[in-house]
Amino acid sequence: MTITLSHYLVLAAALFVIGLVGVFIRRNAITILMCIELMLNAVNLTFIAFASHMNAVDGLIFVFFVITVAAAEVAVGLAIVIALFRNRDTVNLDELNLMRW
Amino acid sequence: LTLTIVALIVLVLDLVAGRGRKGALAAIAVVGTLLALGWSVSLWGERLVAYGGMVVADNYSLFFNIAFLAITVLTILLSTSYLRREEADLSEYYVLLLFCTLGMMLMAKGLDLIVIFLGLEILSISNYVLAGFLRTRLQSNESALKYFLLGSFSSAFFLYGIALIYGTTGSTNLGRIAQALQANRDPGPLFQVGMALLLVGFAFKVASVPFHMWTPDAYEGAPTPITAYMSVGPKAAAFAAFLRVFSQPLAAMQGEWAVVLWVLAALTMTVGNVVAIAQPNIKRMLAYSSIAHAGYLLVPMVASGELGTSSLLFYVLAYAFTTLGAFAVVILLSRKGEAGYEIAGYAGLGYTHPVLALAMTLFMLSLGGIPPTAGFVAKFYIFSAAVKAGYIWLTVIGVLTSAVSLYYYLRIVVLMYMREPAEESSAATLTAGPLVTLAIAAFAVLLMGLFPGSIFTLAQSSVFGL
Amino acid sequence: MFTAFVFYLFAAVALAGALFVVLQRNPVYSALALILTLFAVSGLFFLLNTPFIGILQILVYAGAIMVLYLFVIMLLNLSREESILRAHRLQRVVGTLLGGLLLVVVAAVAIRQAGPGAPGSVPGAAPGTAEAVGRALFSDFLFPFEMASILLLAAIVGAIVMAKEDLR
Repeated sequence: MTITLSHYLVLAAALFVIGLVGVFIRRNAITILMCIELMLNAVNLTFIAFASHMNAVDGLIFVFFVITVAAAEVAVGLAIVIALFRNRDTVNLDELNLMRW
Repeated sequence: LTLTIVALIVLVLDLVAGRGRKGALAAIAVVGTLLALGWSVSLWGERLVAYGGMVVADNYSLFFNIAFLAITVLTILLSTSYLRREEADLSEYYVLLLFCTLGMMLMAKGLDLIVIFLGLEILSISNYVLAGFLRTRLQSNESALKYFLLGSFSSAFFLYGIALIYGTTGSTNLGRIAQALQANRDPGPLFQVGMALLLVGFAFKVASVPFHMWTPDAYEGAPTPITAYMSVGPKAAAFAAFLRVFSQPLAAMQGEWAVVLWVLAALTMTVGNVVAIAQPNIKRMLAYSSIAHAGYLLVPMVASGELGTSSLLFYVLAYAFTTLGAFAVVILLSRKGEAGYEIAGYAGLGYTHPVLALAMTLFMLSLGGIPPTAGFVAKFYIFSAAVKAGYIWLTVIGVLTSAVSLYYYLRIVVLMYMREPAEESSAATLTAGPLVTLAIAAFAVLLMGLFPGSIFTLAQSSVFGL
Repeated sequence: MFTAFVFYLFAAVALAGALFVVLQRNPVYSALALILTLFAVSGLFFLLNTPFIGILQILVYAGAIMVLYLFVIMLLNLSREESILRAHRLQRVVGTLLGGLLLVVVAAVAIRQAGPGAPGSVPGAAPGTAEAVGRALFSDFLFPFEMASILLLAAIVGAIVMAKEDLR
């Protein structure tokens, strides 16, 4: 039984949702960052599924840009986490309620 | 092509700014921005599509460009003294600010979802760092982290929306999406889901109510000039892209998303204003007031159409100048570190600094929407657009909530004039930068308030370019 | 038949890895799980006849970004988190609810609108080869490419400003 487009879509949706739930559940900033990476991966998968289904190239270009954006985001995100860590030796979101959340 | 030259000017400026001496830096940044401003004005009128339909330099995007550049110039003026006082006077500050502007310009110009997304990312990433610029202070760090987490979260949603829309219509170019929609009336549920996700992404960036959690913390923690910038610039850019995406190709699906926007607008206006009343800290209050204004901006989105869009453009301009002016006053009064942001500190300002108090009153009136100021005219336009489009109920909510907002705006005015000064508030160091911004903003607010005609026709002409 | 089997293998590994990332207490384990998921996804890319992106994913994503994660986790020597169940109830419930809703919606829609035919059987220059992507990238997608470079420049400046020890 062949693999249709919707198989990939369902899988991508599942990955996206796991990432989404992860962002809500975890309290640790770095883990949340990882979950966001997971969601971006799911988006990449959707793009590739559509691109190959329609035999078009621009889907892949988009994935190319998504990966660069993700890399830039991770770099800045981790820099912020380090800066924060230097002031307070925790990255656990619970203790970070200086201002009302 | 000229668009890229404008971008390159800003880019060259960054490199120079990166290495320049502190003092001259701000000057270079301002000169560069003014140059870009001049260039954009000279472009008014033509409609050139560059880079194979990716980017367009039509009136609509030029209107926003001029607004963005003006906002940036005012913000730079605001931040010079502030940075020196907080000893974080680094050249990178201006470099990042220019990147932010670049991101915004590209968002307004983008004709392709890829360009809009990349513009959004350039804007957000430089904004995250700017929010956390004062590394030593904990609040600034924390605001940057919260803003970052929620921002990248919303970008993921935005991307997923683009992916689904790409899948169903086969292209990310707004023009081709529009054709694809004309072709088959109902492109199927997957498209609607994609559109909904896109909406969620935009709503996050615009901080409309269900997604506004990050705004108060991010605004309060960030350095004040950045708070001013954040509450005006990126919001306007988000609306620019929001309008372009949702009015052109998705006009066919207007029925669906208008209802959703209607709910969002009503919700944002009410919550934004109501919560603002209880805020002791002036920055948090202005943060909530900016959320409320995002709600007002959503109203013409619902009543889209020629009048709707031009009134939205006008409102963006009016709101931009008023907020920047208000923040100029806040900066002038605040002292090093986090002191001076409590509203109580404004007691008796009328006696200690009459000029500042007068300016603050003007801005508060404009935010609230009282006749002589630009705020009133702007609100009048958007509500008339809403009424014409038949959304009576929305207008009623709008008027009611602005009445509520009057309460907490005037509370400050009352505090300034009726109460004697609580303690001997130190004479605010009247540095040049914020004063100039104050003057420009006050002038603009009055100009738009008294004779709005000219500006409004400008806005109307730019809508034709859409 | 073979592709079906490979697909399900990769899909299972990806989903397991993703769950592992979320539920794992120690951040290092979740980072490793994420790398596993990345490999599974790039395997799927190969299956979808796009080798270029598949390799790109492994090199850039799994390679550079995950190394960055591990580096930061080590740098901040994060201890094991206490049980994540303690996280306040409301946030968790809302999260799972929202997630479930989204999953149901997209899954149902995707199945109902199942695209015809198996993807990936692509004649001619397979879209995924580096050459095809390269040609497209520099022809009609030149402008976003420039923007991406500006984006990276901004990210670098930003990261340095935030993370550098002394900036004077």
